Amino acid sequence: MNFIVNLLIQLEQMFQYQFMQHAFEAGTLVAIVAGIVGYFVVLRRSSFAAHALSHIGFAGAAGAVVLGISPVIGLLAFTSIGGIGMTVLGPRASNRDVQIGTVLAFMLGLGVLFISLYTGYATEAYSILFGEILGISAVDVLVTAVAALVILCAVAFVYRPLLFASLDEDVAEAKGLHMHMLGIVFMLLVALATSIAVQVVGVLLIFSLMVTPAAIAQRLAKRPWRAVVLSVIISLMATWLGLTVAFYEPYPVSFFITTIVFVLYVLVRFLQPKINPIKARQTAALPPPSERVNQF
Amino acid sequence: MKTANPVPVTATVQPAVITGENIVAGYPDKVVWRGASFSLDRGELVAVIGPNGAGKTTLFRLLLGLQQPISGTIKIFNETPKRGNPRIGYVPQRHVIDSETTVECLELVHLAYCGFQWGFHLSAKVGRQAARVALQAVGAAELAPKSLNALSGGELQRIFLAEALVSDPDILLLDEPLSSLDIRRAQELVQLVDRVVRSRNVTALLVAHDINPILPYLDKVVYIANGKVATGTPKEVLTSEQLSDLYETHVEVMRDSRGNVAIIGIEDHHGDE
Repeated sequence: MNFIVNLLIQLEQMFQYQFMQHAFEAGTLVAIVAGIVGYFVVLRRSSFAAHALSHIGFAGAAGAVVLGISPVIGLLAFTSIGGIGMTVLGPRASNRDVQIGTVLAFMLGLGVLFISLYTGYATEAYSILFGEILGISAVDVLVTAVAALVILCAVAFVYRPLLFASLDEDVAEAKGLHMHMLGIVFMLLVALATSIAVQVVGVLLIFSLMVTPAAIAQRLAKRPWRAVVLSVIISLMATWLGLTVAFYEPYPVSFFITTIVFVLYVLVRFLQPKINPIKARQTAALPPPSERVNQF
Repeated sequence: MKTANPVPVTATVQPAVITGENIVAGYPDKVVWRGASFSLDRGELVAVIGPNGAGKTTLFRLLLGLQQPISGTIKIFNETPKRGNPRIGYVPQRHVIDSETTVECLELVHLAYCGFQWGFHLSAKVGRQAARVALQAVGAAELAPKSLNALSGGELQRIFLAEALVSDPDILLLDEPLSSLDIRRAQELVQLVDRVVRSRNVTALLVAHDINPILPYLDKVVYIANGKVATGTPKEVLTSEQLSDLYETHVEVMRDSRGNVAIIGIEDHHGDE
């Protein structure tokens, strides 16, 4: 009882600081969006593309810093153009890693140039690369909120076609869906989500919010809708917990967030086959091994 | 979308479901095959056979409206094929399902029912029910809650068939459904397709490498090789005279004591099968 009262007092203390309020607001928005978009990233096996987009965003953010405007603007501009560019370069979802890697390396180089042009502080580069959620401004929170709203509306609209196209491209195409258009919409969603997620975990650690929670959720849920909800819950928990711990400990927030999702992933990866009833039921109902075609 | 769309009743009592006249198919710089004329009726099980790379999938792309013929006409219910035709159920050729895809079977079939619609449905009841009925029709009701990555090759093909059937189509296009199956599973799947064709009175085109497992069930054969197409009942098409005439070279159709056929004399690219 005492402990709970203590905890509440502590939380109240924490929220007295405006930078913590902003951090929680932006962190919550980012966690929701990253959890949802991340599910499609995992389902479409596009995590490398998401990774690359964040690096493209690095160049944009660094460029914006040189020009003296908000890094988020640079992020949004570069990731959107990059996302469309990647889709146009390679129309199909697979076999694009060479194109993506080429663009990624070039953009990282460009980012390095911009950082060197900026004679101010190296901390700017550091915060873009690793996230600086505790330094987020009220304007950044507003930009994040608008971006999050746009993403949520877009996902609600394309949810079923995107899911169908991600699971079964050929049939979806025969049913009249345009793969190219859906691919561009998807990449724009990832671009937007990446841009706002960079504030929390930074360019280099984008995986921890965009990929890992969804990968965990996919292992635990068989219905897409449930997996999306689970993915959001995981990234929310990691963000909140990470922020709270970082308030008391002198280490970066992104370290705590990445560690939490990583530990969860490892736990699920190795314990799930043993404890998950889903898998157990499946194995029990499977035909004898002789009937199973060895193709997976 | 499937409203009253009466097929014009002309002189023939039962108009053909699919007709082709003198089709030349391929790409502007490369003709895949030419001179194909055929007429496929309701309730027929049709095999599309021929060596690898002969253009069997090209025929499907024409029917799906994903590709246009270079010349000639192709009609489905007297209309030019168009993308997203709800009267066609399609099972594409594929080799694997992503081993990480834990999504359940029911959900995939459900998406084939409504996955091309934009926006949200608050209730998925109707779609789920349709998906269950389709799974039942292929004898896979018990697979509904299973993850796609936990299925055997034969089970997977049944799910794909349910996916094609869920929109209650008049035409089924099955691209190499047998290629990843052993002989017994292939036999079971062909019997299932045959049952579906007879009970629902649909026209099914089935691409296969080897005609023998399906021969007893066939109404017609579309034989594609060396840029030419022969169509008719198996008895008409699969004769030495017919194929020799068509290909202007000596072709031998041999039959063994159990009715299996082997076509000898047409250059093909087997070996990687």
